[in-house]
Amino acid sequence: MHWIILPVVLPALLAPLIGFVMRHDIVLARAASVTGTLLLLGIALFLTGMAADGTTHVYRLGDWPAPFGIVLVLDRLSALMVLLTATLATIVLIHAIATGWDAKGRHFHALFQFQLMGICGAFLTGDIFNLFVFFEVLLIASYGLMIHAGGKERMQAGLQYVVMNLAGSTLFLFALGTLYASTGTLNIADLAVRVAEIPADQAALVRVAVILLMVVFAVKAALFPVQFWLPATYANAPAPVAALFAIMTKVGAYAILRVHTVAFGPGIPGTEGLPGTWLFPAAIVTIAIGAIGVLGARNLLPLIGFSVVGSMGTLLVAVAAFSDTATSAALYYMVHSTFAAASLFLIADLVVTRRMADTLTPLPPTVQNGLFAALFFAGAIAMAGMPPLSGFLGKLLILDAMREPGQMAWTWSVILVGSLLTIVGFARAGSTLFWKSTAIPTPERTVEDDMPPSLSPANPATTLQVAPTMVTLALLGALAIFAGPVSAYLQDTSAQLFDRAGYVSAVLANGGEG
Amino acid sequence: MSHGGHLLFIIALLPFIGALVPGIMIRAGRNACAAFTAVPTAIAFIMLLILAPQVMRGEVITFQLEWLPQLGLSASFFLDGLGLLFACMITGVGLLITLYARFYLSGEDPMGQFYTYLLLFQGAMLGIVLSDNILLLLIFWELTSLSSFLLIGYWKHLPEGRQGAKMALTVTGAGGLAMIGGMLILGNIAGSYNLTDILQAGDQIRTSDWYLPALILILLGAFTKSAQFPFHFWLPHAMAAPTPVSAYLHSATMVKAGVFLMARMWPVLSGTDAWFYIVATTGLITMVLGALIALFKDDLKALLAFSTVSHLGLLTMLLGFGTDKAAIAAVFHIINHLTFKAALFMTAGIVDHETHTRDIKRLGGLRHLMPITFLIGTVAALSMAGIPLFNGFLSKEMMLEEASHTDWWGSHYAVPVLATIGALLSVAYSFRFISHVFLGPQREDYPHTPHDPPFGMWAAPALLTLLVIIIGVAPFLAEGIVRAAANAVTGQELKFYLKIWHGVTPALWMSGIAVLGGLVLLGLHRPLDAAWIKAPRPEAKAIFDRLMAGTVGLMRGITEATHTGAISRYLAIFSVAAVALGWAAYSGSGLSAPTRTHLPVPPVIAVGWVMLIVATISVVGMHHHRFRALILIGIIGLSISAGFAYLSAPDLALTQISVETVTILLLLLALHFLPKETPKESSMGRKLRDGIIALTAGGGVGALAYAFLLRDIDTISDYHIANSYEGGGGTNVVNVILVDFRGYDTYGEIIVLGIAGFVIYALMHALLDGPAARRLRNTDYSQDRSRDRHPLMMVVVTRVLMPIAVVVGLYIFLRGHNQPGGGFVAGLVIAIALLMQYMASGFAWTQERKKIEYHTMIGFGVVIAGLTGVGAWLAGQPFLTSAYTYVHLPPVEEFELATAMLFDLGVFLTVLGAVMLMLYSLSRIARFAGQTVNVGPMDYDPGHPYTKEEDEGAR
Repeated sequence: MHWIILPVVLPALLAPLIGFVMRHDIVLARAASVTGTLLLLGIALFLTGMAADGTTHVYRLGDWPAPFGIVLVLDRLSALMVLLTATLATIVLIHAIATGWDAKGRHFHALFQFQLMGICGAFLTGDIFNLFVFFEVLLIASYGLMIHAGGKERMQAGLQYVVMNLAGSTLFLFALGTLYASTGTLNIADLAVRVAEIPADQAALVRVAVILLMVVFAVKAALFPVQFWLPATYANAPAPVAALFAIMTKVGAYAILRVHTVAFGPGIPGTEGLPGTWLFPAAIVTIAIGAIGVLGARNLLPLIGFSVVGSMGTLLVAVAAFSDTATSAALYYMVHSTFAAASLFLIADLVVTRRMADTLTPLPPTVQNGLFAALFFAGAIAMAGMPPLSGFLGKLLILDAMREPGQMAWTWSVILVGSLLTIVGFARAGSTLFWKSTAIPTPERTVEDDMPPSLSPANPATTLQVAPTMVTLALLGALAIFAGPVSAYLQDTSAQLFDRAGYVSAVLANGGEG
Repeated sequence: MSHGGHLLFIIALLPFIGALVPGIMIRAGRNACAAFTAVPTAIAFIMLLILAPQVMRGEVITFQLEWLPQLGLSASFFLDGLGLLFACMITGVGLLITLYARFYLSGEDPMGQFYTYLLLFQGAMLGIVLSDNILLLLIFWELTSLSSFLLIGYWKHLPEGRQGAKMALTVTGAGGLAMIGGMLILGNIAGSYNLTDILQAGDQIRTSDWYLPALILILLGAFTKSAQFPFHFWLPHAMAAPTPVSAYLHSATMVKAGVFLMARMWPVLSGTDAWFYIVATTGLITMVLGALIALFKDDLKALLAFSTVSHLGLLTMLLGFGTDKAAIAAVFHIINHLTFKAALFMTAGIVDHETHTRDIKRLGGLRHLMPITFLIGTVAALSMAGIPLFNGFLSKEMMLEEASHTDWWGSHYAVPVLATIGALLSVAYSFRFISHVFLGPQREDYPHTPHDPPFGMWAAPALLTLLVIIIGVAPFLAEGIVRAAANAVTGQELKFYLKIWHGVTPALWMSGIAVLGGLVLLGLHRPLDAAWIKAPRPEAKAIFDRLMAGTVGLMRGITEATHTGAISRYLAIFSVAAVALGWAAYSGSGLSAPTRTHLPVPPVIAVGWVMLIVATISVVGMHHHRFRALILIGIIGLSISAGFAYLSAPDLALTQISVETVTILLLLLALHFLPKETPKESSMGRKLRDGIIALTAGGGVGALAYAFLLRDIDTISDYHIANSYEGGGGTNVVNVILVDFRGYDTYGEIIVLGIAGFVIYALMHALLDGPAARRLRNTDYSQDRSRDRHPLMMVVVTRVLMPIAVVVGLYIFLRGHNQPGGGFVAGLVIAIALLMQYMASGFAWTQERKKIEYHTMIGFGVVIAGLTGVGAWLAGQPFLTSAYTYVHLPPVEEFELATAMLFDLGVFLTVLGAVMLMLYSLSRIARFAGQTVNVGPMDYDPGHPYTKEEDEGAR
């Protein structure tokens, strides 16, 4: 059964072909890219079905037994993440094509596929060094996407992004060195076994590795105090790329969930309580930073960027509890916040390209002001965690799960006050963008001749341009309506994640599937 | 699920489904739109009437649907007396508003949008009053905040509308969020989020330690929604909405939600001192304050808004008393307030619509011009004043009766006196509404000459005033619903009768005082008004705006001060955090005993070490001179390579040397386009700070390395060494690890390299298409250039070296599996050889002789490596499983063929392609910058005489 490797191999084979065979013809590249992404979606659905029964599938690369070779591990969590990636990628790709973003620079589709390969690889691997490799793949590909189409501001922000993340990669290597030197292994399951054997009073080196890894993943997840890169990066990235990046922060959150739960999680004497102790306050501060940024933002795209920071804080607060219920709440919120962030960036793209500015100042209304206002309203509701979309339920789940004394007061007050600031921030922004602007008379706009009609800022958005946003919002609605079954699945997912013995025996078993 | 439960679910769902209709039906015209909006509301209303007899008999109709059982959230609805009362009010008044709005809205207002918002809001309100699950109730609660935001901001071009909407959302949103906390606590105490369960757990809740926090948080929600002091200020500003919205939101629905919630939670939360003092006191203050402000408002709608605040205070106070009779009075007054207040708002709307002003000071004497409106307005206002034979009188009497025997903090008079004052003020502003609008002399200066509106517009308020009179004259007609609702509130079977005449009671005296006093006050209105205008008083909107602006300013300040975009600062924070956290983690445990001892340091190593340190320090010192720094970095790299070689890692050393060479060469080429020196930007203080951080971080990493170098550990590499030949078919473990044990990592890494090539290429294009291109063109690089661009010696040497280098590369490639070498190094070696050609003979010359495109090379490399991996599938093996065999082809000695070699070929091609693509991109930039293309391999002619003119020309 080679299904598990397909989410990596398929884009990895497709991307170079798009890059060197199809680079002169955008239509060809688009067709290949869409086909590949749809195939990926199909594969992801199949994998989710495979993992749904609770089996932990292990794929041994090169047929070497774990922990000596590299293994891929497919369980409910990794299947969920791959499915999330594929779904988001399909939506974003169609938006990028419909709005013509992909043609504004070179190699968009090749980089896009490489990016998918990196993300899927990170979600599927059972080896921590391999995780590093895929962090590199997705970093370099995302850097390429981030600076797609160029421009001074974007290059500056891109530098911030790549420098911070390279610093994170360097630290990753330090952490891995320390980890290998103190445990002698790189396989996550094997780490779980070996770390558990270290006496609590001799665990100093492992503990350093644990916390350094936490910092590394925090860089990816945009957690305080290493969140600084995110708002500028997301605000300056091409909007579809920013929407795709909604999954990139989740890679950091996923890595914490996977590594710090399985290998250094609860019940391991040497590292007991260590991850949560530091993750929790950092996540709390992150929520505050996000909310403060949303209310204080001068421009639309940074506003959305800060709301992403806040949502990562909310997500990681729940992760920091390292408990079964809180994790299942976190997973629900993770799915929600991925689509919420993506929908906002997609909407913002439609609006900003037509306003030709992302400042939160009243400008003459664009075409389809009502439609965009409605979409923005829905997206903002989702992000701020208001009903009827899934954000409200996600937030309730998290609040409900965080009842430990010492966590409750902080979590509840910061999440609730943060929500208020976010709501007010979004309301102010929306009111200025869509309401205040209607008081300004529309000037005669000159349509630039050299632009194809569908891309001209003065023209209404085509169905294909609006469809991805609508689909994203519809997914958020569906996530709310089917919260019961989804939550049940996520509960099983989380239970499987916390079943360390099951994971270890599946990975280190002599048989293996492939 | 009881009989009729499904109907209940449909009732709750109808408005939301109906909300889709108006947006479409507006295309059929305004009448059709209004009619179709009325349909779902009417159906819901009729369904409620169908269910009403059951409920009046005391049955509770329930409906249950699991939604999110993990959280305890279910889509459960129930209908009892209280729910029925509110649901009928919401749908009934909803119908009237639909009718009224049809005539109120002008042709320019988007009516479809209006009705959509209205139905959304109606659905949210219905949801609140029907929810049997407090989490579900929270959902609907927040939905009312959101939909009312849309309704209040409906006239989006008006600043008042936008500001009012934002203010309402902020205040009620804040309350809603507080209530989330309260409800979660409440559910936790009761062990269920189901209202029916919670209502049974009253004693448990009231005795819980968490009672007070829960109470306060829930009340915050209720008070903000119901505009209780000090959160009352949003309500008058919400009057910027079209009048139908005001009539709906502020008579029957939104603001009553808070009152509803207090009534709903009454059996659970009331009956404690905390409840009484918080709720009753707030209500009392709000009642008096609201009435006082209302008296001095000149805007008709503002007057009504503050009167609403006052009446909500009255209701809150009654619920706060916590007695059964007070609860009955509250329920009755909810009905009465609805009838007269909705009618009054609509009257105000008609006046505004007809005269084009709502300013009382510009009105007066309308009774002849608008007799019907006058009649409706007067009846409703008299009811509001509490004049006998109108329904407002009845419930006010009951309120005064309750107030007359309520003690407050030991005082027997505080509540009755304040309640009387409230009633008195209420009489005053009610009469002012009548006399200053309709009575008095007819004026000539109305902005627009008024007359009565069409029937459609006055039908709705007329119907309501009819109710005012009917209930006022025959209160027993309302007894059934009041009893059903009051039973639901108190959770008991109550016996009472609604009567007009109770005999000469204290309440009657208080009422009398109120009416007389009110008339006197109205008589004195002019001087009092003048005094009021002069008197300093806090302006809630100004305070709110200042607070808001201050908060936003503060938030902006914090954000912009921290997120400056300065990478050095971000990195400093990152480093400090990593070191501090690492230290914190380290100090939480200890180290095992060291198992290794120090080895002696040979002098050669000591020298190398010193060189490394000196070079490193020199880079720091000389980094302003870029070329010098680059050379020094080269020294560092070579020292490290030497270190690898010394430590018996020839593969690493080989790789490091070639990587170092390629990197330095490419950087040298890149530096050509950059200034020779970097500007000095950092102050001494910053240098010091950064120095300390760098030393600490570096020292930390060093200490860490030292700590683990002293300790042995079992590693997986023993397995690799043992299985390298057996399983991987190679004796060079490093290479077998790279292409086999961990070939997947290598696969990822070559992809990184390939992507890097693509990114650089894309970047180069973005650069040349952007403004940077102009800078490149305009910069003069020629003076740095040697006239001898392609020196003969170098051309010849590189040409000779080329085949040798290729052979060496091939050799390294082929031996890789068993000896130090491999595809990666081979790729770099050949890349170096090619690089030398480019440097020696110029780009264009070399480019012409190149047969394969670099993109293709990268593509092929990645694809070959990938396909090698996939090839294993054919043999039924997992991705990247290797196979090898030994081949004997005379005259060659027997040799090994391994699939790993094919994989290594992929590595080789990708490395070569990526490096060359980088070089290609650099030379594109060079040509863009004006570098000329040479045709021959050597373009220096030593025989040509040197002239100054020519030199000038060359520039």
